[in-house]
Amino acid sequence: MEALDIIKPENQVFCKSQLMTDTPLSYCPGCGHGTANNLIMEVIDEMGISEDTIGVAPVGCSVLAYDFMNIDMTQAAHGRAPAVATAIARTWPEKYVFTYQGDGDLAAIGTAETIHACNRGENMVIFFVNNGIYGMTGGQMAPTTLEGMKSSTSPYGREIETMGSPLKITELIANLPGVYSVSRHAIHTHKHARKAKIAIRQAFENTRLKKGLSFIEILSNCNSGWKMTPNDANIWMEENMFPYFPLGDIKVEGKLKV
Amino acid sequence: MSELKLMKGNEALAEAAIRAGVDAYFGYPITPQTEIIEYLMNERPEKRTGMVVLQAESEIAAVNMVYGAASTGKKALTSSSSPGISLKLEGISYLAGAELPAVIVNVVRGGPGLGTIQPSQADYFQSVKGGGHGDYKLYVLAPASVQEMADFVEDAFDIAFKYRAPVLILSDGLIGQMMEKVILKDQKSRLTNEELIEKYGDWAVTGKKGRERNIITSLDLQSEKMEARVHRLQKKYVQMEKEDLRFEKINCDDAEYLIVAYGSSARISQKAVELARAKGLKVGLLRPITLFPFPKKELFKLANQVNGILSVELNAGQMVEDVRLSVEHKVPVEHFGRTGGIIHTPEEILEALEQKIINNGSIRHHKTRESGIL
Repeated sequence: MEALDIIKPENQVFCKSQLMTDTPLSYCPGCGHGTANNLIMEVIDEMGISEDTIGVAPVGCSVLAYDFMNIDMTQAAHGRAPAVATAIARTWPEKYVFTYQGDGDLAAIGTAETIHACNRGENMVIFFVNNGIYGMTGGQMAPTTLEGMKSSTSPYGREIETMGSPLKITELIANLPGVYSVSRHAIHTHKHARKAKIAIRQAFENTRLKKGLSFIEILSNCNSGWKMTPNDANIWMEENMFPYFPLGDIKVEGKLKV
Repeated sequence: MSELKLMKGNEALAEAAIRAGVDAYFGYPITPQTEIIEYLMNERPEKRTGMVVLQAESEIAAVNMVYGAASTGKKALTSSSSPGISLKLEGISYLAGAELPAVIVNVVRGGPGLGTIQPSQADYFQSVKGGGHGDYKLYVLAPASVQEMADFVEDAFDIAFKYRAPVLILSDGLIGQMMEKVILKDQKSRLTNEELIEKYGDWAVTGKKGRERNIITSLDLQSEKMEARVHRLQKKYVQMEKEDLRFEKINCDDAEYLIVAYGSSARISQKAVELARAKGLKVGLLRPITLFPFPKKELFKLANQVNGILSVELNAGQMVEDVRLSVEHKVPVEHFGRTGGIIHTPEEILEALEQKIINNGSIRHHKTRESGIL
C-alpha cells in the first residue's frame, strides 16, 4: 500500500484544529501546552462558538496562547486573568469566556483573583495548566512544585519546613459554593486527552446553560524545566504528580465527589 | 431633563457616570472615595441603564476588571484613593500599553504609606509622570468643584476613546467629600452591543463575528515592534498637548504676580487672589485643568508678564517642578503647600505670596537676570 492510499480523510484520526493558527508553536518540543491549546480549540470549533468566544491568557508560557488560538483574545497581567474575564463575562453575558492559566499565575500571584472569581461563580471556564514549575522564566519553584522536587530556586529540592507544601488549589476551589464543576485531567496520552476533551466540552456547555464557573486542571509536563526528556517527563509526571494530584472529577454539577 | 441637586463630589461623579451611559464600574472601598461605590450600589444602575457594578476583592482586581471590560470596547470606570491607586498602577500601565480606553478616579488622601484620610495633592508626581512601569502618560483631569466631578466623567471617556488611552480624574478628599449644587445632565443611553461592534469592532475583542480575530495585548517581544508601540503612545501624548490641553485663567490680564494651583488648591487660591486684589496687589491665578498635558506654553507666556510665580499645592512641592520647567528660569518660582491633611487658608496663601515672592526681591532678582549681570 502506498502512502497516498492511506492519506485520505476517512483514515484521519488526528489533525490540528481548524481554530489553531498556522503559527509554529513556540512551546518547547514535548510540552503539553500545544495539546491543551488544540483540545480547547477543537471543542470551540465543534460547538460552533468560535465567533462568540473570548479567551484570556495571562503571563507565563500561556501568554502566547493568542498566537495559536484563532479567536478573539485578551492578554492579562500576571495572575489577573480571572478578574479580566469576570468583567468580560459580566458585560457580555451571552459570550463564552475562558482563562488559560499556569500554576504560578493561578495558584501564586493570582490566588486572590482566582478564589474570588470562583467564589462569585462567574459564568466562565478556567483552564489551569499545572506543570509544577515556572516554565517561562526558566524553571523556578511553583506553588505546586512537589516535595523534594528540584528547581532553580529550590536547587536542593522543595523543603516543606521552609517552602511550604505543594498547594492543592483545585481542591480548595472545589469547596467554594459558587463553583459548579471541577475536574483534573492529563493530556499526555490519547486516552487522557480524550477524557480531558469531554470535560472541556462539558465546561463550555455549562457556560451555555449559565451554570457558573467550571474549573479544569490539566496536569502537564515541563520537560525543559524539569530537565528531562519528554518521555521521561511524562513517566515522572505519572509516578510523582498523579499520586499527589489525583485525576478525575472533584465536583460535578455543584456537588463534591466524595 | 437636567437636574439641579445638592450633592457630595463623590456622589455627583457616581450619578454622572450612570447618566453618561457608562457600562461598568469596578471598585473597592477606601476613604475618602467610598461614597462612589456606595452610591452606585444604592442606585441599582443595572436596572436604570444596565450598567454593571461590582465590588472587587481588591483594587488590583478592580483595575483588571476595567481592563477586561475596556478590551471589549465597554466604557469602564474604577475609583480609589492614593494607597489603592498605588495598587492599581500595574493595571494602569497595562491599560496604557494595550491602548485601552478607561477612566480611573483618584480621590487623593495624604501619604506616603497609609498616611491620612484627609485631603492631599501628594499624588501629582504619580499621576503626571507615569506612575506605573514603562513609557506612558495619563491624560489627567483635575476637578475643582462638585460640578466638575460630574462633568469630567463624560469628558474623560471622550478623551479615553478618542485616544484609546486611560484617563485619570485626579480629585482629592476635599472635592470628593464637600457638598455643592450640581447640574446633572440628561440620561444618555449606553451603546448597544451592535453599536459598540460597529464603532470599535476594528480593535475590541467581542468575538470574531464576520471579521479577523482581534487581540488585546501590551506584549511585543520583537524590539522593533515594541519601539513602534512606544512611539505610537508618544504620538498620542503630543496630540493631547495640541488638541486637548485645558486650563483656566483668573485675573491674569494685568497680573504682576501669579499663583498656579489646581483642584481644591485652586479654589482656595481664588479667594487669596481676591484678598490680594483688595490690598491693591495685582495677582492672577492660572488653574491647570489638565495636569497632563500641562499648560507649559501659557506659563512661558505669563512669565514674560509677571514678576514671580507661587505654586500652591497640598503637598511638599511637586507641581512646582513643572512650573519651573515651563518658565525656564525667566522668573522666580516658589512653592507653598500644606501636608498631612491640613488645608491652607486664603490668608496663608497670600502671606506666603508676599513673603516668598513679592517681598523677596523677586523684581530685582528678575531684572538682574534679564540684564545678564547675575
